[in-house]
Amino acid sequence: MTPFVDIAFLILTFFIMATKMKPPEPVEITTPYSVSSKELEQKDALMIEMDKDGRVFFTMNTEKPADNELKYSLIKNLNQARNLGLSEAEMRSFVKNPTVGVPFNKLKPYLATPEEQRKTVKQEGIPVTDSANNELYYWVRDGISVFSGRQINYMIKGDNNSKYPVFKGIIDALRRNDQNKYRLITSPEAVPMGTDLYRTRGASAPTASAD
Amino acid sequence: MASLDTGGGDSGHKKGPGVKKAKKLSTRVDMTPMVDLGFLLITFFIFTSTMSTPTTMALNMPKDEKDPEKQNEAKASGALSVMLGKNDQVYYYEGELAPDASNFKSTNFKGIRDVIIEKKKAVIASHQHNAQCEEIRKRNNGDPNSCRDRDFVVVIKPNEEATYKNTVDALDEMTINGVKRYAIVDIVPVENELIKKTEASGGAR
Repeated sequence: MTPFVDIAFLILTFFIMATKMKPPEPVEITTPYSVSSKELEQKDALMIEMDKDGRVFFTMNTEKPADNELKYSLIKNLNQARNLGLSEAEMRSFVKNPTVGVPFNKLKPYLATPEEQRKTVKQEGIPVTDSANNELYYWVRDGISVFSGRQINYMIKGDNNSKYPVFKGIIDALRRNDQNKYRLITSPEAVPMGTDLYRTRGASAPTASAD
Repeated sequence: MASLDTGGGDSGHKKGPGVKKAKKLSTRVDMTPMVDLGFLLITFFIFTSTMSTPTTMALNMPKDEKDPEKQNEAKASGALSVMLGKNDQVYYYEGELAPDASNFKSTNFKGIRDVIIEKKKAVIASHQHNAQCEEIRKRNNGDPNSCRDRDFVVVIKPNEEATYKNTVDALDEMTINGVKRYAIVDIVPVENELIKKTEASGGAR
């Protein structure tokens, strides 16, 4: 049994070293595959997620923990502009967990819920599909204003089965803010053989193909 | 394993009668619980680990250009419209949609790659020599294909039943086939009706 146990513990050590814990996610999202090879970076970002039922979640990520005050200013601005009536403690709870998937009129009860009970609350998603009432627009607008000119990434993480109109609603919210460059979060996939990309990526030196 | 050699049972010399045998305690440690725990941890780490780090795919949308003068014109000869419908179906037509919809065809994600490759070849073949193109070619160290596909434009039009996966797959197809000019555009009602009609007649070839 000795070698067996040895191997088992070797595997165990490998997994401990090699794993990066999954960060807690508000929803289960299975991202589609793409041939893109650029890795995801942790940066100042506004992350927009959509799950398979078309619910939209907004998250504000800051690169440095010291920038947490920016999250506070975001919720404070929104509180004033939209008359949400949030208390100080509720705004602080947003700073701790800056993911929101509820319409503005449900934001107060949601943030008032203690952190441990959040999981049980069914969030209905930020409304985006109705262009007259695209609330994501305000989230993004205030996100841009608190980052005040810094380079922000717009991450869009969508589920395989979410429908296109929701995606279009997200794009619309961003485009109305004059933001036209986004990053779609995907899982890596191999490049199919024999295609143009396969040739350009595979070739170590650029070879001029015959005319 | 973790046991010390206690010197075997019979190797010592016999004690005389009446001399009490010292009770030998086993120095072997029972490893079973430790191994159990080890495997429990392995399973735990396997399940919680994220092996493949997610990648990002850049998507650049054009600025909303209201002035029709400044909007990009696409040559009909080099245009390929790809429409995405439900159940991973893909519909396409080349150039402009014929009034009788005779060039409206349906395929799937496997088939669309060949359609794109064929169309790209056709556009490159019909390329006409011009000065602007030569200049781009010179800038790209004489790569002959760097500007011949300039007129090739793919327009992606997902309808309301297409999924996000379809959209990403279509965008991925652009990267895979080296399509330099593509755009996501809203579907036109005429095209959507054609899709509905094809679906109704069970027409996915």
